[in-house]
Amino acid sequence: MTRSLITLDDASRDDIERYLALTDRFAEVMQRDIKKVPTLRGRVVINAFFEASTRTATSFELAGKRLSADVINVKGSGSSVEKGETLKDTILTLNAYQPDVIVIRHKASGACAAAARFTDAAVVNAGDGTHAHPTQSLLDLYTLRRRGVGLDGLNVAYVGDVMHSRVARSGAVAFRTMGANVRFIAPPTLLPPGLAEGLGGEVSHDIRDIADADVVYVLRMQHERMGAGGFVPSLREYSREYGVGHERLRPGQLVMHPGPMNRGVEISDALADDPEVLVSAQVESGMLVRMAVLYDLIAGPVERARTVPVEEVAA
Amino acid sequence: MSDNRLLQKPGNPANVVIRGARVLDPLAGIDEVRDLVVRDGVVGGDPAGCEEIDGAGMTLIPGLVDPHVHLRTPGREDLEDIASGSAAAAAGGFVAIVAMPNTTPPLDDPEGLAKLQDLARTQAHVGVGFFCAITRGQKGTELTEAAELAQMGAVGLSDDGVPVWDSLTMRRALQYQRLAGLPLALHEEDPRLVQGGAMHEGPVAARLGITGIPSESESVMVGRDVALARLEGGRIHVCHVSTVESVDEVRRGKQQGVAVTAEVSPHHLLLVDEDVSGMDAATRKMNPPLRGTDDRDALLEALIDGTLDCIATDHAPHGASEKQLPFPEAPFGVTGLETAFPVLYTDLVRTGRLPLELLVRRMSGDAARVMDLPQPTLADGAPANLALVDLGATWDVTEDGFQSKSRNSAFLGRTLHGVVRLTVSRGRVAWRRPGEAPGVAE
Repeated sequence: MTRSLITLDDASRDDIERYLALTDRFAEVMQRDIKKVPTLRGRVVINAFFEASTRTATSFELAGKRLSADVINVKGSGSSVEKGETLKDTILTLNAYQPDVIVIRHKASGACAAAARFTDAAVVNAGDGTHAHPTQSLLDLYTLRRRGVGLDGLNVAYVGDVMHSRVARSGAVAFRTMGANVRFIAPPTLLPPGLAEGLGGEVSHDIRDIADADVVYVLRMQHERMGAGGFVPSLREYSREYGVGHERLRPGQLVMHPGPMNRGVEISDALADDPEVLVSAQVESGMLVRMAVLYDLIAGPVERARTVPVEEVAA
Repeated sequence: MSDNRLLQKPGNPANVVIRGARVLDPLAGIDEVRDLVVRDGVVGGDPAGCEEIDGAGMTLIPGLVDPHVHLRTPGREDLEDIASGSAAAAAGGFVAIVAMPNTTPPLDDPEGLAKLQDLARTQAHVGVGFFCAITRGQKGTELTEAAELAQMGAVGLSDDGVPVWDSLTMRRALQYQRLAGLPLALHEEDPRLVQGGAMHEGPVAARLGITGIPSESESVMVGRDVALARLEGGRIHVCHVSTVESVDEVRRGKQQGVAVTAEVSPHHLLLVDEDVSGMDAATRKMNPPLRGTDDRDALLEALIDGTLDCIATDHAPHGASEKQLPFPEAPFGVTGLETAFPVLYTDLVRTGRLPLELLVRRMSGDAARVMDLPQPTLADGAPANLALVDLGATWDVTEDGFQSKSRNSAFLGRTLHGVVRLTVSRGRVAWRRPGEAPGVAE
């Protein structure tokens, strides 16, 4: 049975630690002069992005190439998807090329679970609708770990549009698995009913409740959530009530954001430019984590017979 | 009662004697092990010359009735047609089914009804009746010609699939019911509260990142229509009740003397939103959605106390590829005719939570009553409408075992107790389980 990475819901603490340890190994490799390793030579990774992405698509591509895999990128626009091909048929077509991994981003929750039924390849969820984004969560954990932040007992506050956020969903699961405490701070209209019970964690509508957070995780506020039939009256009011800037933080609080940022909306311009904000560290971790995930799925524990020795990674 | 409402293809009247089965007809007060004769399609009479069927160890029940199925005809005969849908019904022990009008185009005029009735007269294995739309095109604004449709034999009116969202139209339909007389079967849903939802709103939807359908989107409309039925002295039937709040509205209406009946589906009695975790639309996406455990438990309680009058499958065939879409994009609905009785027997009767007699009543006589259809009975002199069920036998629900053209069953993979060996509908043999029924010749 092919292993896939579709959610972190069933991942144990050990599973996540394995990813983080592997990421560390690749971080070492990336310190070297030659940043390419032969580990996945001859393996095929297809990045199927049915929805726009910059950083996730780029980092998966670069991760595959650094591992010497043959990487093919398929985009929603300019492909047969635009001609009305179903996800099933697209996946069946890609499967015919016998890829080892298909990385999928799609606008619909559950798309990766659906796609995994039509391929023998390992499926990596690079974001499905508002459901999950497991590699984002792994890179968030890794970013903190690398900075020396202990995850056990850590207080994490997600601020903003939790309802539409796969980043928050996967992140909450991952942080809680690692022993952290999670709080969601958002307008009532942007919190799905049943959230606290469904994901675990506390819910608040008051931005002042970021006070005891060690990590303030600012979520992207999308413009289409405003206006007629919208979730909040205006960006101005949203920013006034929930925008995160230096004045709302105390020294030592860490700030994360999945990008892309709406400066002046969910995060102040000055905070966005503050080198202490972890945004660019997150981007850097992204490629390393995705190298670890690709490595783990292709050469990892289940297919031990084909396992490329880790020494070769560092070779 | 006019008899032009349930239609079935012609055939030779059955002449069989079923030996030694437990004959169970709760409405007629029959529960004994004995022989039962069907002579010229009628219960009772002389067994001489009749085909012998060994019913020892089996149970003979009045044929089941389903007031809510989708036969996809006209328009999507690739998913189901009258022949395949009624064969699925017969295989599930049903002798009468009533098809919803959300076809392509919707069944909303006398001409369309006449065409379908002609098809049923030549293709249907069991009695098939038709709902016509409450409003033209099921658009919720203009009433259909209900008086003529009633005279032609429409069983009832329904816009099932979509709600009659406009309160004034609903009121007019109830007023016009005083002329046309047809029961109104209501799909209760406030479209603005549903808005893009794909599963029950709650912790599981929050975790999965799937837009939720709040319970109140159903119950506010049940409340509205109970109030309007009271106002107009009308009669309503609430389709596929799924929430505790809706049960409360129906219960209150009944207590106040409003003519309201209601149905519940097997999947809402047995499954909950947690079962959606695998995000498999083929087996877990339906409207109304699978609700919480409190809802599920309240539905069973209400079925037992009679607040919910009957069981209806909401048999909704869909194609494999459309059901393989990502969860939010796939269509709503699961099939149900072939699994309804066995799965309810397995999960509710065998576990001691529902007496067999009550299950039979709720799936047969009570299901007929809510649409004013004749109640199947095993009493002497009645037209033979019966099912011979081997409750001791089991079968595996697999994709290749269905009479239906579609495979989107919520109970795929289950092993169920209760094999329907023989169904006699309106005096004719409608189903024999091939090769298995002892003593039954093809």
